[in-house]
Amino acid sequence: MNIKNLITVALRSMNNNKMRCFLTMLGIIIGVSSVIIMMAVGHGSKIGIKQQISEMGSNMVMIHPGNMKRGGVQQSSSSMQSLKMEDYTSLKENCRYITAISPTVSSSGQLVFGNNNHPSSITGCNEDYLDIRQYKIGSGSMFSESDIQTAAKVCVVGKTVASELFTNGEEPIGQTIRFGTIPFTIVGVLKSKGYNSMGQDQDDVVIAPYTTVQKRILAINYLQSIVASAVSEELTEKAVEEMRIILRENHKITTDDEDLDDFSIRSQEELTSMMTSVTDMLTILLSCVAGISLIVGGIGIMNIMYVSVTERIKEIGLRMSVGAKSRDILSQFLVEAVIMSVAGGLIGVLFGVIVSTLLALITSWTIVISPSSIAISFGVCCVIGIFFGWYPAKKAANLDPIEAIRYE
Amino acid sequence: MSEIIRVENIERNFLVGGETVRALRGVSFTINEGEFVTIMGQSGSGKSTLLNILGCLDTPSAGEYYLDGNDVKKMNRDARAILRNRKIGFVFQNYNLLSKTTALENVELPLMYNSAYSKKDREEKSRQALIRVGLESRINHKSNQMSGGQQQRVAIARALVNAPVMILADEATGNLDTRTSFEILTLFQELHKNGSTIVFVTHNPEISQYCSRNIVLKDGKVIEDTYNSNIKDAATVLASLPKED
Repeated sequence: MNIKNLITVALRSMNNNKMRCFLTMLGIIIGVSSVIIMMAVGHGSKIGIKQQISEMGSNMVMIHPGNMKRGGVQQSSSSMQSLKMEDYTSLKENCRYITAISPTVSSSGQLVFGNNNHPSSITGCNEDYLDIRQYKIGSGSMFSESDIQTAAKVCVVGKTVASELFTNGEEPIGQTIRFGTIPFTIVGVLKSKGYNSMGQDQDDVVIAPYTTVQKRILAINYLQSIVASAVSEELTEKAVEEMRIILRENHKITTDDEDLDDFSIRSQEELTSMMTSVTDMLTILLSCVAGISLIVGGIGIMNIMYVSVTERIKEIGLRMSVGAKSRDILSQFLVEAVIMSVAGGLIGVLFGVIVSTLLALITSWTIVISPSSIAISFGVCCVIGIFFGWYPAKKAANLDPIEAIRYE
Repeated sequence: MSEIIRVENIERNFLVGGETVRALRGVSFTINEGEFVTIMGQSGSGKSTLLNILGCLDTPSAGEYYLDGNDVKKMNRDARAILRNRKIGFVFQNYNLLSKTTALENVELPLMYNSAYSKKDREEKSRQALIRVGLESRINHKSNQMSGGQQQRVAIARALVNAPVMILADEATGNLDTRTSFEILTLFQELHKNGSTIVFVTHNPEISQYCSRNIVLKDGKVIEDTYNSNIKDAATVLASLPKED
């Protein structure tokens, strides 16, 4: 039998048994579409989690003074004065792997406005600080470069600070509050960020030009720390290395021993590793679910093909008596299995894509349909369909025509 | 008149539960082109076994079988499938049509397994065969939309479509009422008149009156092989039957 007749025979036989075909394909359709939906939801949540984690500042790098021994006594890192403005400027100029860098100094104290007061701390920094810590201005504006140069007494406050001080609903912008004895004019209010994973209120902040904090509050000329953000998550390690080299050169440190550095550089390794483990777990979980659905789909094909052989024994007997060879019967059943898996696969892909799109529309989930999930599920379903279609086909081909034609 | 079937002393033994059952115990006869032969016998006489062998579905345990000059005993399964496809037309008791399939597609079936036929040839041949059995108005009807007699006509058209050397009918009227049986018998007689060789296996002795030759089997042996010079005309009987209301 030539291939054209083979396909005609298979199509006719499928056309006469639409229900059976549909039921056979149903397994595959569900298998393929659930794989695509799972992968889309999984891939989407992977990207969603990644975004959320990097919003926490996963590519942040912090430099603190540290590890200094004086006369055999390990000094507290906060009392160190090893970080200077020169370190900041040379890092800013020479580091290729960072997008933003800010010196920081901070002091804690009482904030006062009218009858209200609130214990908080004030952080001195430059404009980059907002990007590094992923803060956004809600109303008003950030202080400017000229404010930094003139050590202007201006500040930007977080939501918590604003609500604690302005209990009567006054507009915070333009108001003057006192930090200790020093008056600050509020120029902006930050958008709320809520609590972080450690339970700290990220809205309980006051930020001001670092020059102001250095000169007017702390009366120091060194830096307490430097924060920067690396170009990307993956390049954080490179950025750390680069900064270490620059700082060692500045500080004239010749040894390679990190313990002897008078500074320490830390990145958010914990966050990064958490992210990797979460996404890895998701990937494994999803692959398992996907694999199981596909195998179930394949077994569905085998089941129905097997039943279909029993149901069609008489038809097979007839085909054999009018001249079908074993090979013809085997080919017919295989071609039917192939057509059903391919058609089922295509419908499954379509169905999966539609359902994922609908899910994305009605829920707020991030859903990403990856072409690879379509290719893999479609490919695997075809292979499985043919694999599981072969055994019943073989059984049909080996039937004895005499018994088959008289089978009741 | 050329020889279509020659069986020489064929035997067929089956092993059933460790015991040998001798279904055929040395059967010999030849059938020439243009004969209309009934093979009769009670159940257990070996006529089904003989039918399977004549239809190339089975091979004899001993003896020779030549179909249109081909030594069937030496053929393997696939070669016999091809031989069935080219030389034999089967008509079964319960029609064995493909369900929910049109008459045309049912008749096309044997030609599907012969790549010598193009789609156009196939359709044309099948159409002609259906016209020959008087079903030109039912060509695109599905098998489940037809009466038993019509279904059997489709089956006969299917048996004719590959221009076989022999039509092998197995109790072809067994499932039909008297009137329809005679309609089918009339059709077979017409085919016979036009030169077809027909072997009709049945347990109904009445049928033999309408055929040119009668072979009777008993316990795996031919006990009677007679030529019928006084063939009754099935069409006359059909005309004498009361019309259905």
